[in-house]
Amino acid sequence: MRASRGRLVLDVRKPLARLGANVVNGIWRLGSMARFFGLVLASSGTSFSRFRLVMREVYFSGVLSLIIIIVSGLFIGMVLGLQGYQTLQRYGATESIGVLVALALVRELGPVVSAILFAARAGSAITAEIGLMKTTEQLSAMDMMAVSPMARVIAPRFWAGIISMPILSLLFSAMGVFGGYLVGVVIIGVDNGAFWSQMQAAVDFRYDVLNGLVKAFVFGIAVTVVATFEGYSAPPTAEGVSGATTRTVVTSALMILLLDFVLTAFMLRADH
Amino acid sequence: MERTTIDLWFGAFVTAGFVALLVLALKVGNLGGGTQATETYRVEGRFDNIGGLKVRGPVRSAGVLVGRVADIHFDNERYQAQVTLALDKKYSFPKDTTASILTSGLLGETYVGLDAGGDDKKLASGDRIAITQSAVVLEKLIGQFLFSKAQDSGSSAPAPAPAAAAKK
Repeated sequence: MRASRGRLVLDVRKPLARLGANVVNGIWRLGSMARFFGLVLASSGTSFSRFRLVMREVYFSGVLSLIIIIVSGLFIGMVLGLQGYQTLQRYGATESIGVLVALALVRELGPVVSAILFAARAGSAITAEIGLMKTTEQLSAMDMMAVSPMARVIAPRFWAGIISMPILSLLFSAMGVFGGYLVGVVIIGVDNGAFWSQMQAAVDFRYDVLNGLVKAFVFGIAVTVVATFEGYSAPPTAEGVSGATTRTVVTSALMILLLDFVLTAFMLRADH
Repeated sequence: MERTTIDLWFGAFVTAGFVALLVLALKVGNLGGGTQATETYRVEGRFDNIGGLKVRGPVRSAGVLVGRVADIHFDNERYQAQVTLALDKKYSFPKDTTASILTSGLLGETYVGLDAGGDDKKLASGDRIAITQSAVVLEKLIGQFLFSKAQDSGSSAPAPAPAAAAKK
């Protein structure tokens, strides 16, 4: 009896210790990430004096993400249109389908979904690229040549993400509204005038569109900081890089959803 | 400085972003000649109960949008709601206009309805609308209805009770 209880205590202790180690490790990484963020900001000078470096990264992380953003935006808008029609039909308010699609996209889905897609499409690529550069000691080689890898490799990717993310989110929302229009007006046959006028009456530029843009901007910072940090701190092995790439997508997605809640709570504070 | 394909792509990407912002602002949002860009004048009104009225809610006269609710305050001396309306400068109303809190449909949004009076003088900025009508609270209405129903069935049992009560 006594012995079994002793073993029970031992069995419980191990997972507890692992849990504690994970928590401590997570907080540690968060602290390093914050320091890394400061370091990136401090060495951003080159990104602006040689803006072509940033433009090149905008091409790789922004322009090449266009197809996935546009196609998913279109289909999400179409699905919203179909689902919204099903529900609104019950209340005889099918003209409000435009309001539903536009508000859902501009306020939430546009920034959040495009940020998650951006993390999966561009963030993982950034992590893998930087991780491999570290593994093959390209970063150390740069350091040896007195070229700061922070300024030459990390900062341009960071600023490219900040530029790309809001643009991608805007395109996502615009395509989504177009998708909703396709399903609502062209296929189902909701009145065209009511569709747009109700949408314009309900969507406020300052509260809805600009707040969505602020969200996209914040998500852009979060995703690129996570992606570059994971790549930069990846263990220089094949396993390390693959693990870092996975962590980038998981951590970015979690951070996006968490930040989205915080930002929404702040933005909806005003009584309207 | 030589031109590269990256420059072209960057330019196209940023342009696409601006176009999307413009579409969202003008076609989806209310920035394109909506009700906000116009000049307004402010009048006040006191209500016993404003129901579900919100700031930026619509002000309608004859069903047409003529302004928006600019501010809602609780007047602690009169224990009433003080509502400030921002009306479009294009429209002017007589001094004895009445304001009432209405609901569009059974579940629709709450708005302020203006009914024009017959006065020669017009409402000016800072004026107060004297005659106001509060929101109809559905729960109170149902309560009253049930109460009168109970009273009717208590006094006279037959069905045409409301008509009989009205004749008295």
